[in-house]
Amino acid sequence: MPADAAGLGRARAAAFVAPALLLIAGFLVFPALWTIYLGMTDYRLTGLAAAEPAFTGLDNVRRALDEDQFTHSLGLTLQFVVGSAVLGQALLGFAIAWLLRERHGALRRLVEALVLLAWILPGSVVAFLWIALLDREDGTLNALLGTPGTAWLVEHPMAAIIVFNIWRGTAFSMMLYAAALSSVPPSQLETARLAGASSWQQLRDVVLPRIRGHVLTNLLLISLWTFNDFTPFLLTNGGPGDETEIMPVFVYKTALFNGELGYGAALSVLMLLVNLVIALVYVRLLRAREAAS
Amino acid sequence: MSPRELLGRVGRYTLLSLVLAFFALPLLWLATAPFDRTPEIAASWPEFTLDNVRELLDNENALRSLRNSVLLAGGTCALVVTLSALAAYALSRVRLPGRDGLLYALLLLSSIVTGTAAMVPLFNLAYELDLIDSRLGVILVLTGGLLPSAIFILKDFTDATPVSYEESARVFGASPLQIVRHLVVPLIRPGLATIGVWSVAQVWGNFLIPFLLLRSPEKSPAAVVMYTFYTEGGQPDLALISTFSLLYSLPVVLMFLFVSSRYGFRFHGGIKR
Repeated sequence: MPADAAGLGRARAAAFVAPALLLIAGFLVFPALWTIYLGMTDYRLTGLAAAEPAFTGLDNVRRALDEDQFTHSLGLTLQFVVGSAVLGQALLGFAIAWLLRERHGALRRLVEALVLLAWILPGSVVAFLWIALLDREDGTLNALLGTPGTAWLVEHPMAAIIVFNIWRGTAFSMMLYAAALSSVPPSQLETARLAGASSWQQLRDVVLPRIRGHVLTNLLLISLWTFNDFTPFLLTNGGPGDETEIMPVFVYKTALFNGELGYGAALSVLMLLVNLVIALVYVRLLRAREAAS
Repeated sequence: MSPRELLGRVGRYTLLSLVLAFFALPLLWLATAPFDRTPEIAASWPEFTLDNVRELLDNENALRSLRNSVLLAGGTCALVVTLSALAAYALSRVRLPGRDGLLYALLLLSSIVTGTAAMVPLFNLAYELDLIDSRLGVILVLTGGLLPSAIFILKDFTDATPVSYEESARVFGASPLQIVRHLVVPLIRPGLATIGVWSVAQVWGNFLIPFLLLRSPEKSPAAVVMYTFYTEGGQPDLALISTFSLLYSLPVVLMFLFVSSRYGFRFHGGIKR
């Protein structure tokens, strides 16, 4: 821990921190707390309740838990997170990192470049690339598969956004697992190989126990990001009907499209609670690892 | 080579080819359509032309949205880098009461309060402060969201710099602000560059916040205008969409290439840097 070498003193140090803290307080902490209050009112964008919102307590939460629309949306979000992040991105990312380990040729650079490109391109661009790919009339996918006239975004909308998100986000898992795999000492793998262990046995007995921490970090972060991801909206607009109305889209439609700000805020609070649980698990694991090292 | 090894090798290359195909397929269109005389929705070998690019450079609407993106990204980047550097330095050098708790609270907050979960109060806040349809409003909201992580990352960099220079500068009568400007900033330049590039990338692709807070098309950044290009009725103009996509994507790709050639785009200790 470096000492106060520049002679800042507490007062000036506080002055250095203050502008950043003010912005964080105003545009992050305050909105979070305000969500909780708004969630307990019947505030609306227009009409009578816009001028004088009434305090309704936990009515909004009760309404959410009673309403099929909410449980429907939560279920879709669960499918989306488990399918595209926990299973899709994590497994595919690990598989790519495993296949590319100990390689340094053009093939590795090409694979990494393409996977990363999918990750860094702007959301509204990749959304259109997928709309074009999956197009009913002349989409490249239908041409390749010989299935003209298949409207993927209408017939299999959930599967479409899950595959889309796997494509979009695998880069993070791939890079994290590549770093983790490079921390496994080659001598241990060599010993296992000489003892006659198959690839699968090496993976299970030598590699997995060593990278358990990375796996947890990875799963928690990608779950959090996927849970809050708004990009599927650009692809399907939540539709057809409400078939891809995951939580972020549901909140957007309720609050800003239908103008039910109070109810939308209550839904946001429920989302924040899920985020909080995921983040608390993460911080706890981080602390446990720091304490261990 | 034993049959088993051969089988393993074949399997490995088959899997890698599948991965390549999966990731390349959606990108094909972006590579071909902008240079095609008659771009279609399917990726096809282009009849090469640069007319689409020329047409785009005459499209005031498209260019204005890119200028807006530059304004939003530049403004947010400047604010985030300046404020997080000051805060990270002070937090690194001075033991303010409750500092460790504050840092953990920041880490927690930045990960749970995201744009999507806070969109209702952010919209209300902007409304009350008269910041609807204001670029400043978008910049402030984005800055508030990025600052916690930025401070967290930069504090690691400032913790790692030696304090001896600062001590001698102080002996020669330099003020704390001078010390930060002339000593600390050059020492943590890689950290500042990381934060700068990271915040520009975050803002450049951000759709939700400007979509939520900006009303007039004249102020909308490329992310939102791109969306209106293919959702607003009628036949989508594929020449315009493809060329615009390419031009709009170019800065992040170049920035990424710059960072990876300069600093190496790898993970250190499993944390996103």
